[in-house]
Amino acid sequence: MTAEPASPPLPPSLAANPRLSSWINFLPDGKVRVSPGKVEIGQGIVTALAQIAADELDVDIARVRMVRASTSASPNEGVTSGSLSVQHSGRAIRFACAEIRQIFLEAAAERLGVETNALSISDGTISGPGNISASYWELASEVSLDRDATPGATPKPVAQRTVAGNSVQRLDIPDKVFGRPRFIHDSPLPGMLHGRVLRSELSRATLTELNEDKARKVEGLVAIVRDGNFAGVVSETEAGADAALAALRKGATWSPGEPLPNEAELAEWLKRQPAQTTVVANRQATSPAPTARTIKRQYSRPYIAHGSIAPSCAMAQWDGDKVRVWTHSQGVYLLRSDLTLVLKIPKENIIVEHMEGAGCYGHNGADDVALDAVLLAKAAGGRPVRVQWSRADEMSHAPFGAAMTIEIEAGLDANGEIVDWHHQIWGNGHSARPGRAELPTLLAASELAKPFPRAIAADPSAAAGGGADRNSIPLYDFPAWQIECHRLTIMPIRASALRTLGAQGNVFAIESFLDELASERGEDPVAFRLRHLSDPRARDVILAVARRAKWKPAKQDGTGYGIGYSRYKNTGAYCAAIAEVEVGEDISVKRLTLAVDVGEAINPDGVVNQIEGGAIQVTSWVLKERVRFDTTRITSNSWTEYPILRFTEVPEVDVEVISRPDIEPVGAGEAAHGPVTAAIGNAVFDALGVRVRDLPITRDRLIAAMENS
Amino acid sequence: MPNIRFRLNGVETEIDADPDTPLLTILRGRLGLTGPHFGCGAGECGACNVLLGEHAITSCDTPFWSVADKDVTTIEGLGNAQSPHALQRAFIAEQALQCGYCLSGIMMSAAALLKRNSDPTTSDVKEALDRNLCRCGSHNRMVRAILRAAAELRSS
Repeated sequence: MTAEPASPPLPPSLAANPRLSSWINFLPDGKVRVSPGKVEIGQGIVTALAQIAADELDVDIARVRMVRASTSASPNEGVTSGSLSVQHSGRAIRFACAEIRQIFLEAAAERLGVETNALSISDGTISGPGNISASYWELASEVSLDRDATPGATPKPVAQRTVAGNSVQRLDIPDKVFGRPRFIHDSPLPGMLHGRVLRSELSRATLTELNEDKARKVEGLVAIVRDGNFAGVVSETEAGADAALAALRKGATWSPGEPLPNEAELAEWLKRQPAQTTVVANRQATSPAPTARTIKRQYSRPYIAHGSIAPSCAMAQWDGDKVRVWTHSQGVYLLRSDLTLVLKIPKENIIVEHMEGAGCYGHNGADDVALDAVLLAKAAGGRPVRVQWSRADEMSHAPFGAAMTIEIEAGLDANGEIVDWHHQIWGNGHSARPGRAELPTLLAASELAKPFPRAIAADPSAAAGGGADRNSIPLYDFPAWQIECHRLTIMPIRASALRTLGAQGNVFAIESFLDELASERGEDPVAFRLRHLSDPRARDVILAVARRAKWKPAKQDGTGYGIGYSRYKNTGAYCAAIAEVEVGEDISVKRLTLAVDVGEAINPDGVVNQIEGGAIQVTSWVLKERVRFDTTRITSNSWTEYPILRFTEVPEVDVEVISRPDIEPVGAGEAAHGPVTAAIGNAVFDALGVRVRDLPITRDRLIAAMENS
Repeated sequence: MPNIRFRLNGVETEIDADPDTPLLTILRGRLGLTGPHFGCGAGECGACNVLLGEHAITSCDTPFWSVADKDVTTIEGLGNAQSPHALQRAFIAEQALQCGYCLSGIMMSAAALLKRNSDPTTSDVKEALDRNLCRCGSHNRMVRAILRAAAELRSS
C-alpha cells in the first residue's frame, strides 16, 4: 500500500479560522455572503476578494455580498496591513470556496444520481446530463457548512478563472460617486449623541485645572467626562459638542510633558539616544577580498503624518456592562484586545464592528478615537456616541511614521567593486499597534487617572517583514554584508506603523548609495544595478521600466532622470521606478514610469490604481512632508503647516504590470514607495550633480546640499 | 434665531439657525446630507466643497447667512444612480478614486469648472482642483475622468 501524497496545508488564515460557514454562506435570496476578516481601507480589497469567491464558486460577482468584519462573527485575520490582504484573505477564501464547491458538487451528484464529474456549475446552478440541475441555494438546507476546512481542496487552475485576473469595477464606487452614506462618518445611529475630546496642543500634557462652568452652559450638553488627563464632552448635536469643547478648552490649564527633540538636528539626535541594537543580517564572503577603501554616507527621513483626509471617527454604545463599537480600525479583534485591557471587562462583553473610513495608510488615530468614544459613551445613558477628531488632533496626536537615520558604508576592492556593505539604522520602532502587547497602546489609556504607560514602538519580526529594518538587507549580489538596527527605547514623539514601515527609508538609502557608487565609477545606474542582480524577476522589472521610459532620455538643462528598485519586504512585489524631475525655482517631478510584478494580478486595474496612488503619495512625502515640532508640541497641525502634493504638482504616472498568473499574488499597495523615493533623489542628482541625502528634498535642502558639496 | 431661506439642490429650503453657523454644519446636521464631508474645518482641503450659485466653495468655513436666497448644490443634487451626471458616470468609468472621501468635494469643483469652461485642458482641470486635497494619489485618474465628462457633455 502506498501512502497518499500529503495534501498541502491549509492557508494560514483558513487554518486559524477553519469553520467554512464563518467565511461563506448561501443566502435565501440567491446571494452568497462572503465574510473576510480583512477590511476595506480604500484599497479596493473587498472587490478583489469578491472576484476570488465568484471565480471559485462559479457564481456571478453580482451575487456576492461582502460582509464587514465584526468580532461577533468574522474570521479573525488580525490586521489589514502590510499589503497582505490578497495573500491572507484571498488564499483563505479561494481554498474555502474550492472545498465548498466540491461539497456541493457531491451533494448535487447524490440528489441527481450522477457522478460529480458529469456536473458543471454556471452562476451557482449545478447541471448534469439531460437538463437535470440543482443550485447552491436549493441544496443549502441539506449541506451544512458548519464544518472545518480540510486540506486537499484544489482551487481552479489559472486558465479556468474568468473573474480573477480581470479588471472589474469596484463594488464601493457607486455609493461614493453618488454621495450615498458609506463612511462611518456618514452613518448615524438612532438616538446618537456627539462627543469631543479635549486634548492640549502640548505633547503629553498634564491637565492641571479644568473649569467646567462655561461648558455647562452650552445648549444641548449631556455630560462632561473627566478621568485624569482625559476630558471630553457629550452633546445632543455635533455643533453643540464643538461649542462645549471650545468652552471647556477655555477653562483648561495644562503643563507640558516630556520635551521633544530639537527638530533641526533630528537625524543626529536619533543616533545619540538609548537604543536596543540587533544584528538584522550578516553575510560572510566565501572568499573575502581585501578592502582597498571604504565610502560612507548618511541618509535620513523625518517623521511623516498619515494625513488621511477624514479625521478619525468612531461610535460606541453601552448596554449595561456590554459595549458595542463601530470603528474604521485595521483590526477589529486587535482593537477589542486593547479595549479589554483598558476597560477590564471580558472580551465577550465587547463587540467591535468595522465600518469604512477614509484612506488608511497605517496605524492612525482610528483605534484611539474608538476608545475615546467608549469612554465618553459611558456617560450617555445607553445612547450611542459618535466621536470625531479635529484636524489639529489628527495631525498632532495620531502616531507618525518614525523618523530614521541610516548610514551605509561600502568596502571597495582595488577595482572599485563592492566587497563589503555595512548598513545601520537608528530610530524608533515602526509598530505600536493595539492588541499585540500586554499593555494597551491606545492614546487615552495613557491619559486616564490610573494611566497605562505609553507604549514604546517595537518592530515586527523578520518573518513579518521587519519594521525599521524592512528592506534593509540588500537585494543585490554583494559578497558580504552586516545590517544593524538601533531601536530607540524612549519615544518622545509618538510613532507607529505607516505605509512601508522602514522600507521607504532603507530603499532610499540603498538605492541612493548605489547611484553614488555607479556615478563614481562612471557607470550607467541601470547597467550597474543589472550587473549586481541575478534574480530574473528583479531584472525584468528594471529592464521593463528602462524600456518604457526609453532610458536614458537625452538630458536638457534643469531636467534629470533617476531610477530606483526594490522588492517590497524582500519577499513581496517587485517594483522599479524611473523619475523625471525638473529643477528650477522649485523641484518638480514631471513623470514617473513604473514596472511592477505582483505575481497573479487579481484585479489588474486595482494593481495599477494602487501603484499610481503609492507613487503619487510618496512623491508628496519626498518633496514636501515633514512633521514639524518645537520642544513642547507638534506645530504642523494643519494643512498649511503640513502641506501635501497638490493637483498642479502631481506627476504623470505610467505603470506596466508584468503578469505572472502562475505565481501566488502579493499586494501592491506599498511596492512603489521605496523605488519612487530613490528615483526622485537620483533624478535630482542627475539634474544638478548635487546629492540630497535628507528627506524631504526641498529647495532649502538642495541649497544646503550645494553649500556642503 | 432668524430664518434663512435658500435653494438646496433646487428645493426651496428654510432653516432657523444662528447665521454664523458654518454651512456644512447645517447641511450635514439639520439637513442630514452625507455627500459633503468634513475634512479640516478651515477651508484647506475641499472635502466639503459645494456649489454656491456657479462657484465651488468650502462649506465648512462659509457662514450660513451668506447663502440666503442663493442656490446651493451638493453632490446629491448633481445626479443620482437613476440619472447620473456626466461626472458621476465618468468617475465610475475611470474608477477614479481609492478611498473616495475627498471625492464629492472634488466633483463639485469639477462641476464648477465645467460650468465656466466646456473644453478644459489638463492643466485647466489641475488648476481648478488645486485647492482640493487627495491623499490616496488618485489625482491623475480624477483628471482623466473630468476630461472624459467634459467631452461627453460637449458631444451631447
